[in-house]
Amino acid sequence: MRKLALNDEILLSIEKPARYIGGEVNSVMKDKKDVSIRFAMCFPDVYEIGMSHLGIQILYDMFNRREDVWCERVYSPWVDLDRAMRKHHIPLFALESQDPVMNFDFLGITLQYEMCYTNILQILDLSGIPLSAADRDEDCPIVIGGGPCAYNPEPLAEFFDMFYIGEGETVYGALFDLYKECREQNISRKEFLKKASRIPGIYVPSLYQVTYREDGTIASFTPVDEDVPAVVEKQVVTDMTEAPYPESPVVPFIKVTQDRVVLEIQRGCIRGCRFCQAGMLYRPTRERSLECLKEHAYRMLKNTGHEEISLSSLSSSDYSDLPGIVNFLIDEFRSQNINISLPSLRIDAFSLDVMSKVQDVRKSSLTFAPEAGSQRLRNVINKGLTEDVILQGADEAFHGGWNKVKLYFMLGLPLETEDDRRAIAHLAEKIAEKYYEIPKEERNGKCQITVSTSFFVPKPFTPFQWARMYEPGDYLGFAKTVNHEIKEMKNQKSIRYNWHQADETLLEGIFARGDRKISRVILEAYRLGALFDAWTEFWDYGRWLQAFENTGIDMDFYTLRERDTDEILPWDFINIGVTKEFLKKEWQKSREESVTPNCHMGCSGCGAAQYGTGVCKMKRKQAQGGCKA
Amino acid sequence: MKVRVKFSKQGIMKFIGHLDVMRYFQKAIRRAGIDIAYTEGLSPHMIMSFASPLGVGLTSDAEYMDIEIRTPIPSEDAIESLNRVSAEGITVTGFYRIPENRANKAMTLVAAADYTLRFRRGHEPKTDWQSGISHFFALKEITVMKKTKKSEKEVDIRPMIYEMHVNAGTVFFRLASGSAANLKPELVMDTYLKTLGIEPDPFAYEINRCEIYADTGTQQKRNLVPLSALGVSITEEDCPGYGQSAKEFT
Repeated sequence: MRKLALNDEILLSIEKPARYIGGEVNSVMKDKKDVSIRFAMCFPDVYEIGMSHLGIQILYDMFNRREDVWCERVYSPWVDLDRAMRKHHIPLFALESQDPVMNFDFLGITLQYEMCYTNILQILDLSGIPLSAADRDEDCPIVIGGGPCAYNPEPLAEFFDMFYIGEGETVYGALFDLYKECREQNISRKEFLKKASRIPGIYVPSLYQVTYREDGTIASFTPVDEDVPAVVEKQVVTDMTEAPYPESPVVPFIKVTQDRVVLEIQRGCIRGCRFCQAGMLYRPTRERSLECLKEHAYRMLKNTGHEEISLSSLSSSDYSDLPGIVNFLIDEFRSQNINISLPSLRIDAFSLDVMSKVQDVRKSSLTFAPEAGSQRLRNVINKGLTEDVILQGADEAFHGGWNKVKLYFMLGLPLETEDDRRAIAHLAEKIAEKYYEIPKEERNGKCQITVSTSFFVPKPFTPFQWARMYEPGDYLGFAKTVNHEIKEMKNQKSIRYNWHQADETLLEGIFARGDRKISRVILEAYRLGALFDAWTEFWDYGRWLQAFENTGIDMDFYTLRERDTDEILPWDFINIGVTKEFLKKEWQKSREESVTPNCHMGCSGCGAAQYGTGVCKMKRKQAQGGCKA
Repeated sequence: MKVRVKFSKQGIMKFIGHLDVMRYFQKAIRRAGIDIAYTEGLSPHMIMSFASPLGVGLTSDAEYMDIEIRTPIPSEDAIESLNRVSAEGITVTGFYRIPENRANKAMTLVAAADYTLRFRRGHEPKTDWQSGISHFFALKEITVMKKTKKSEKEVDIRPMIYEMHVNAGTVFFRLASGSAANLKPELVMDTYLKTLGIEPDPFAYEINRCEIYADTGTQQKRNLVPLSALGVSITEEDCPGYGQSAKEFT
């Protein structure tokens, strides 16, 4: 039996001890004597969140298929255990072996959202790894970051030995082989990092030097040595059907956020919404073949025993054989009492029909994400959803028995005016009116329309990467406009309005587009006690303001300033396939309120065609054949 | 067919709470391919009920859950297939057919349970605590203050202690359990230690549940039988057509 890192006294006095004991069905045990590389894979948030992440499940499975690698999992200890570990000097450990993270060869940290940055410092700190990469010696694990936030790694550059830019399925093999080779030859950490920087997609921040102008913008960003590549290339899976996919994901003992089989039907999105980072980063859109998905669905349900299966993609409705996969799931699994969850479906006759088969119409709600209230602003952001389509979808749904609608919008978008904000209320009102057009005896009580707004955060590698943000007071003013206008509507009693905090948005924006100077703020905030910033109960804006003040870093430089398109942006050294020229053109087109067609309608020449795969190559031709993965 | 499943919960599984053990079995039954019956209605769920929830921190050799299966399967095969897909710490040890009537639900049958208790290493009282147990068990009345929602009241727990003795540092208890009368071993031990003037330590005990009993006796005379004894093993003869579908498949 495995010996746990924590004793009974600690485990029985903290919340949910199952977060820390490992031993779940399908977790991978190996003998550490039989492997040459030990990899600690970390999601820097609490177990229930981290366990729900598909990317880690893919890499965990893929790494463990190698006989010479043992990949284990690490999550953020919740504040109760954090306290106990510091008090009793217990080092952070991985779940499978319960061995200290410090004993591992690699510590991989996935960067899924900006508000987890202080949690990364907690992970390093509790592991006993020096926070600054420059202070680490030969005994420390190589700390590597990956995931969407790695596309602007600069605010975290100080804390990481390297970043993996792109999709994990591609060059980890090469990295592991290099690591083994270097260790056999007793090559130093420093020399290994240098060799690794030549693997496409691997960015070693210590090998690049940044200089700044007097105004704080970047003057130059250059490799310190001529054999270090100046541009880091995003890594892309060229064949999704052949790509590895877990057959037996780990089954948690406790209920986690995503407690179901997740079937990634495609990667990328054809739509090209100008605010959306994922829509640019994961270009080109690549589908998994239907046959392959069917096999995965069978195997994963069998091996996990989950009672629910969910499709995953940025926009499921764009999958070329959506009826194929949806009908397969319904026909095959409904009789076995397996729930089918279909997120990110466009509301139309087909989706309403299948949704009525898989869920209770009276209880469930329909979701639309128009993102902007007026057609003008939807053109600015290139959201190809028109009012007619929304109203028609709502009308069909109301006739089908639904009476709950959720609407998602953003506030603080570029070129947004007071009229655009008020239009959010008007759109909600029109939807309510559609409902009340139905004769009273045919409808199902009142309708419930929930309007939610979040504040827009400009992200790297989007056409809006140059956009300015606003002051917290401005953001709240935007929300007040919407709230006030909703109160003026005839059917205001059927409309509910929720809006988000504004201060967190600003921080997210600073981390998203920050440069290396931001490391100091993150470190200072952590020293002041910032942790679990994504959790409202621990969020403390005052502490962050203090951290900015203590480090002398000006928030407004990062938030209120519209960037010039000639400025060197901190992430410009990465090539994601989509060119800066294309992004500039899109930024210009947004000012002209001009719409760019999606990838199915025609190619707009974004640059992703250089990968020679997916939608760029196949055009409407369906992926075929089963999977070898 | 109504079935009673007996399993042990050891090792790290002691940190898994009752509801999560239920979730564990819902998934394990699917993985094992046991054809379980579901309730009718809009959101069907597996027909499954547990005899008696076990507290977090306790281990057990004898947990029971009743399920209903649509396709009979021999006990040996069911045990084998459940254990093949199990997590370390959960072992299915019995799979019994039980009578169909409602009165046989494990939950309503529970009348008593056996426990063993040991002190966790380093938490053992410094003074002799073992020799007084027989005297304690010989008491006619043992009153404790029991907190209810509104007030505190005195309860005599002695009638609920059916057996208590110590052997080489391990205390054995047979206690009333179930909906009519329920007594926890840690309360008995705390009460005993207090009679010796020892202040109980909340993390001191390692407790294992060893068996759960039904009472088939009369009001005057108890007759405790393990819940498993109320069922019979399922043989291949009980499962007409069993194994055929598997053969057809290959």
